[in-house]
Amino acid sequence: MSVSVQLAHDFGGFDLDIAFETPGGVTALFGRSGAGKTSVINAMAGLLRPDTGRIAVADDVLIDTSRAVFVPPHRRRVGYVFQDARLFPHLSVRQNLAYGARFAAKGDGPGLERIADMLGIAPLLDRRIGALSGGERQRVAIGRALLSRPRILLLDEPLAALDNARKAELLPYLERLAGETGLPILYVSHSVSEVARLANTLVILEGGRVVRAGPVSKVFSDPASAPMLGVREAGAILPARVVAHAGDGLTELAVSGGALFLPRLAAAPGAMVRLRLQAQDVMLALARPEGISALNVLPVTITRLQPGEGPGIMVALRSGEDALLARITRRSAEALGLHEGMELFAVLKSVAPAQGDVGAAV
Amino acid sequence: MTDWLGPAEWQAVRLSLWVAFVATLFSLPLAVAAAMALARGQFWGRQALNGLVHLPLILPPVVTGYLLLLAFGRRGPLGGFLEETFGLVFAFRWTGAALAAGVMAFPLMVRAIRLAVEAVDPKLEEAAATLGASRVQVFLTVTLPLILPGILAGAILAFAKAMGEFGATITFVSNIPGETQTLPSAIYAFLQVPGGDAAAWRLVIVSIVIAMGALVASEVMARRVGHRVAGR
Repeated sequence: MSVSVQLAHDFGGFDLDIAFETPGGVTALFGRSGAGKTSVINAMAGLLRPDTGRIAVADDVLIDTSRAVFVPPHRRRVGYVFQDARLFPHLSVRQNLAYGARFAAKGDGPGLERIADMLGIAPLLDRRIGALSGGERQRVAIGRALLSRPRILLLDEPLAALDNARKAELLPYLERLAGETGLPILYVSHSVSEVARLANTLVILEGGRVVRAGPVSKVFSDPASAPMLGVREAGAILPARVVAHAGDGLTELAVSGGALFLPRLAAAPGAMVRLRLQAQDVMLALARPEGISALNVLPVTITRLQPGEGPGIMVALRSGEDALLARITRRSAEALGLHEGMELFAVLKSVAPAQGDVGAAV
Repeated sequence: MTDWLGPAEWQAVRLSLWVAFVATLFSLPLAVAAAMALARGQFWGRQALNGLVHLPLILPPVVTGYLLLLAFGRRGPLGGFLEETFGLVFAFRWTGAALAAGVMAFPLMVRAIRLAVEAVDPKLEEAAATLGASRVQVFLTVTLPLILPGILAGAILAFAKAMGEFGATITFVSNIPGETQTLPSAIYAFLQVPGGDAAAWRLVIVSIVIAMGALVASEVMARRVGHRVAGR
């Protein structure tokens, strides 16, 4: 289900002027605080009435100011998980969840008990809201939104309040949710690793404008995106297929440019996984290095050199059908005589494709 | 207990309770609407409405009573209309006493409810809307339960105020035993006759007990608003 968004709104001192389209799946709205991310999903939910704009989910027009269409929030069927959870304080956890289902469209779907199990909140059902931790509140809010049988899910930094263990638990669930239901998800985040892991489409906002939008692997491997993502966080995302689990605890993966070895993954052979290779963890060598401890070396071609501010330089690389990104110093680039079209080898420090950054099926 | 108060005194207490009850009951929905409008509404004339609601608190009660007499007397524009249309008469009837008590207690009731409405985070109402609740459903399922203790506190306070209303009542509907002679009017009447002090004192004690009880109950309710809003 595609989603198209076009909005302009003057907040007095800050103006939002945004347009993007996504093919569905998980779309991440990424940007610093104050970039306008929350305003975009507020407009989708009908909580913000923009000066001008048009928003459509598949064929359903939620707002079109040129035709004076404005669907009120309660008829939009958006599942909105707020950053601050917004649970009803006069209701118990169970009653909050039931509230989600109360006005929902009729139909089959996971019930309250099943959702509570999935989110690990079954033991909390009879608690008062005041007795919940931040992470527990957020999970109840996600459950409540899901039970309202939404047509699109809007998540406003839902994991910001969670500890790492809970995050790691919820992320696969959100991935499954996106994959199984085909529910389009708009995910507001300022965490690059969450985006790398979850999103199919990435929209980067800056000062109320869209500065980059497109498939997540494309945006991530574009050296020009690096300053927006943060040079330390920048890096390519590439799909890989699990080939085999070796006896020494490593897993062999096939990417389009060759083979990679990672500490054992949970995924079964044949499964597709998503790898994130941070630019700062990629070294370049003119010849295939020998006598080196790094296991993962891919032959690559330089497609672009993008000097940044300071001593660094971003090198865009092609490896098979995938794009990679390496961040090295200008001095090294000059010493090696790097230029576009040059063929060389990328050495991926073995720590780079870390377990935590390996997502489930793309 | 029955022996402790004479029949005339009992009559005044009973009438007062009934008048205050009716006054509270009928002003409650109006007070909730006024409190919602004042706390949330953004409309032209909001300040004027605020002034109008508070007017009985500031005006001398005699003035309020006189204005009620002009408007709701049998020859008054509203009084005449209501008598012809609904057969409802206020002048020199207990209904008039209830009207006067209701008007005088209205500002207190609105203030208590308005405080409760202002303590409700509008973001919760937004969340309810995104879950499919219409405006009316949001009010009934989120706003109203959250402000309920505030409404009760306002009602209790208004009830106590209505019990004690004197100036507007005596101006509007006079002091007719069994019809419009409420507790304060009765005390006033007893004090006017020689030897009435004892009866007056008994009614004074009844008044103090009711007022104190109402105040304590109202405080307890107000505290519960805070708890409710915090989800405890």
